[in-house]
Amino acid sequence: MVEELLYSEAGLLNFGIFFLLATVLLLVVLGFVTYAILAERKVMGFMQLRHGPNQVGGRWGLLQTVADVLKLLLKEDTIPKLADRPLFILAPVIAFAPAFMVLATIPFTDKLQFADIGVGLLYYIAISGLTTVGIVTGAWASNNKYALLGGMRAAAQMISYEIPLVMSVLGIILLTGSLNLNEIVEAQKNGWFIIWQPIAFTVFLIASTAELNRVPFDLPEAESELVAGFHVEYSGFRWAFFMLAEYVYFFAMASLTTVLFLGGWLPLPFLDFIPGAVWFALKFTAVIFILVWFRVTFPRLRADQLMEFGWKVLLPVALANIFLTALLKEWLNIF
Amino acid sequence: MELWNLYQNNYLIVFVFLCLGVILPVVALFLGKLLRPYKPYDTKYTTYESGIEPFHDSRVQFNVRYYIFALMFVIFDVETVFLYPWAVAYEKLGIFALIEMLIFVFMLVIGLVYAWKKKVLKWI
Repeated sequence: MVEELLYSEAGLLNFGIFFLLATVLLLVVLGFVTYAILAERKVMGFMQLRHGPNQVGGRWGLLQTVADVLKLLLKEDTIPKLADRPLFILAPVIAFAPAFMVLATIPFTDKLQFADIGVGLLYYIAISGLTTVGIVTGAWASNNKYALLGGMRAAAQMISYEIPLVMSVLGIILLTGSLNLNEIVEAQKNGWFIIWQPIAFTVFLIASTAELNRVPFDLPEAESELVAGFHVEYSGFRWAFFMLAEYVYFFAMASLTTVLFLGGWLPLPFLDFIPGAVWFALKFTAVIFILVWFRVTFPRLRADQLMEFGWKVLLPVALANIFLTALLKEWLNIF
Repeated sequence: MELWNLYQNNYLIVFVFLCLGVILPVVALFLGKLLRPYKPYDTKYTTYESGIEPFHDSRVQFNVRYYIFALMFVIFDVETVFLYPWAVAYEKLGIFALIEMLIFVFMLVIGLVYAWKKKVLKWI
């Protein structure tokens, strides 16, 4: 049915149907965010030998995040007098919209996906960069020293780690010959790219942690030095949208890692009776777990270490990987 | 014609996602407005600065380092603009394009090494 819809003429009816389907995805993502936050807190709790949330919603604290969201909804909304009001209001929207937009091209299984556009990977990278504009806008509009520092750090960090991120993916594009995420998954039928591209995977994982502004790269909102960084003046639901954007990116980046390096919905050999959606979910959860693990394990970097690591280590390694891959490809062609 | 429709529909989906991404914050903030209290008084609306009275303008001039990093970013981002089509079409271009690309990247690496030696990459 959806197949027919995709080939029918684009019009208002199509818009309506896509809108409904995308709303379902939005709800799923919101559900994911709710429980990802809980899972993160729980896992962190266990790793630090404490209980984590265990009061609201039974022993596992299952309603903790729901209660938190409700609380945020009931919080008074303050906009500082000195703030640039229109920009202050606009910033969370600019930060959030791209976070959801990137999900449009991600193939969850061969059937379950939204837009199947030719430049899917490029689209993801291009759109995901836009969130920083929202962060810098919010930071500047707050008219607060901590916020401005956090915003500037976010911009510097984003531009420094965007390059290794983009370059590490080039190895995959070379091997696949396409930017379409479906074709990238199909190309992994004889070996996931984590096997063919271990260097790229390492660079990608590090750079994506930095792009997500997560520990050990969470300098834009370092609590101990900048209080809360770029969202120090935000309160209530406006603040919630910055957090939401962060966790939606968490979802998107984990999905992208799964698609690019872990073979998306493809099963392990001899286990193809398990449906693709389950495989995707398993790999996706593993990536999420690794990112949470990072957060508990690593201490925060200093700003200078962060920048030097990005430019002096990750960038040369990513560049070298491109040509190693090209040579590997030539070598494979000979045989 | 069918492919054209497919193409249009796929980008229509992207547009739908954009709409939803904007609508959700607007709706949520509007609903929040109906629920949340509104009890303004002056001190609530001052800028936060760890408890002291805010002094000076907070939009201070920034270190030029940010600017240099931005320049480096532009250089390497343009490089990726060239690398992406090359990588996609690599099958067809073959070894000649690989050598050409090696020369191109090598020249940019010289730039990176120069910046490194000039201590531009050092963050103080």
